[in-house]
Amino acid sequence: MRTTVLNAVHRELGAKLVEFGGFEMPIQYTSIVEEHHVVRKAAGLFDLCHMGRFEIRGERAVEAVNHVVTNDVAKMKLGQIRYSLVLNHAGGVRDDILIYRMPDSVYLVVNAGNRDKLVGWFAEHLVRPGATFRDLSERQAMIAVQGPHAEGLIAPLVTTGWVSDIKQLGYYQMSDARIKVGGRVYTGFISRTGYTGEDGFEFYVPSEDGASLWRGLAAACGDRLRPCGLGARDTLRMEAGMPLYGHELEEDLNPLEAGLDFGIKLQKPGGFIGREPLIASTVGGLKRRLRGFTVDGKKVARQGMAVYAGERCVGKVTSGAPSPTFGKSIAMALVESAVGDAKLEVDVRGSRAPLVDHPLPFYQRPRRA
Amino acid sequence: MTLPKDRRYAASHEWATKNGQICTIGISDFAVKELGDLVYLDLPAVGKQLQAGASFGEIESVKAVSELYAPVSGKVVEINSELEDSLELLVNSPFDAGWMIKVEMSSPAEYEKLLDAASYQKKLDEH
Repeated sequence: MRTTVLNAVHRELGAKLVEFGGFEMPIQYTSIVEEHHVVRKAAGLFDLCHMGRFEIRGERAVEAVNHVVTNDVAKMKLGQIRYSLVLNHAGGVRDDILIYRMPDSVYLVVNAGNRDKLVGWFAEHLVRPGATFRDLSERQAMIAVQGPHAEGLIAPLVTTGWVSDIKQLGYYQMSDARIKVGGRVYTGFISRTGYTGEDGFEFYVPSEDGASLWRGLAAACGDRLRPCGLGARDTLRMEAGMPLYGHELEEDLNPLEAGLDFGIKLQKPGGFIGREPLIASTVGGLKRRLRGFTVDGKKVARQGMAVYAGERCVGKVTSGAPSPTFGKSIAMALVESAVGDAKLEVDVRGSRAPLVDHPLPFYQRPRRA
Repeated sequence: MTLPKDRRYAASHEWATKNGQICTIGISDFAVKELGDLVYLDLPAVGKQLQAGASFGEIESVKAVSELYAPVSGKVVEINSELEDSLELLVNSPFDAGWMIKVEMSSPAEYEKLLDAASYQKKLDEH
């Protein structure tokens, strides 16, 4: 199992550590529910060092990346970030990623569990004369501050160059950044991105600065910023209706069925790997759709559980958990489009519980004016 | 929480106390802590026949569901119905107010085969 540069910090904080994506990561420090509420109400601090970070440079970098991703890099402005998928030849999902337009490169952040897979895939399908690939995963640390209080806590500590100050940094935008905490200045980048459904920021610094930056932020913010683990990260993203690789996204799952059209530009000039099968899947309408549900009663719907319309199995749960914000079990499930609005049930270890349709997302943060 | 010495334990973290033929069963505070945030408890119906070592119910936390295993065989004569709606009883008082079921033992000798507090503690220390 690999470890991140924050492993010692997690141990000092008494985190419960588990394996995730090949890394030893904190699932919780105190309690998943408590940490979940902290992010919805105040601000939480997350270790994201396990994720993959790649850099593509060269005069053909944009064209090379465009060949393997579903979104359009050519149209991105400096500092812009886009959600995208990387597909296999059959139109199934290899990973979901974020693409960052930097001054002289295209930067990608990918899921920890798919790092090695993508390094191989990109070596085969992305690298070409004029486009070089570098895996920066080990060279950089990544930390997130997420929650309604994030901006208030971070603004006094950060100066940016590409925007006048971080209050001007829009959602899915990034900038270079200098973070001043604990008597030190850290140089790196900042983005207004996150996986919680709250406002928040992600920091990118050299890996040797990771632990020190975490400690500096924790000391500067004290009780107003609490460490949060992967357990809360999962319930937060689920409430926000965000897909998780290995659940809503897989090599044999169609991202259009998961409702991810916003990250897929089927008309992109030059196309992309996996485009033709996706187009074919839309002929006659998509056969399945990802839907949101709450569960009536106390049973918890979980990944893998079968969804029934009467006696017929019509789908399966891709993600499910008790929602701390709503106090009931929520679930995302891939269901045959043909069922329409028929009454559905989930099979929870042999007994059925009614599913109540709920449009995704379950949770939306109050938007700032 | 120190392990009460007045009872027996199973390696699967259930505890049992005996009062004549009636055995009260619950789970240890170690098990409760391992589970994390509790959300749901499923206890058997009164009258259900249990087999030692077989599952008698389920306890669910945010991340996962765990089976509860009967330390002894017998008939369920009472369940702690308060508990299903007040899981904090389990967090705060797993050995007392957090009891789960009472069973009329069909083979009282099974109780003697369970671990005593010291042996169970040893298992926990090896964890």
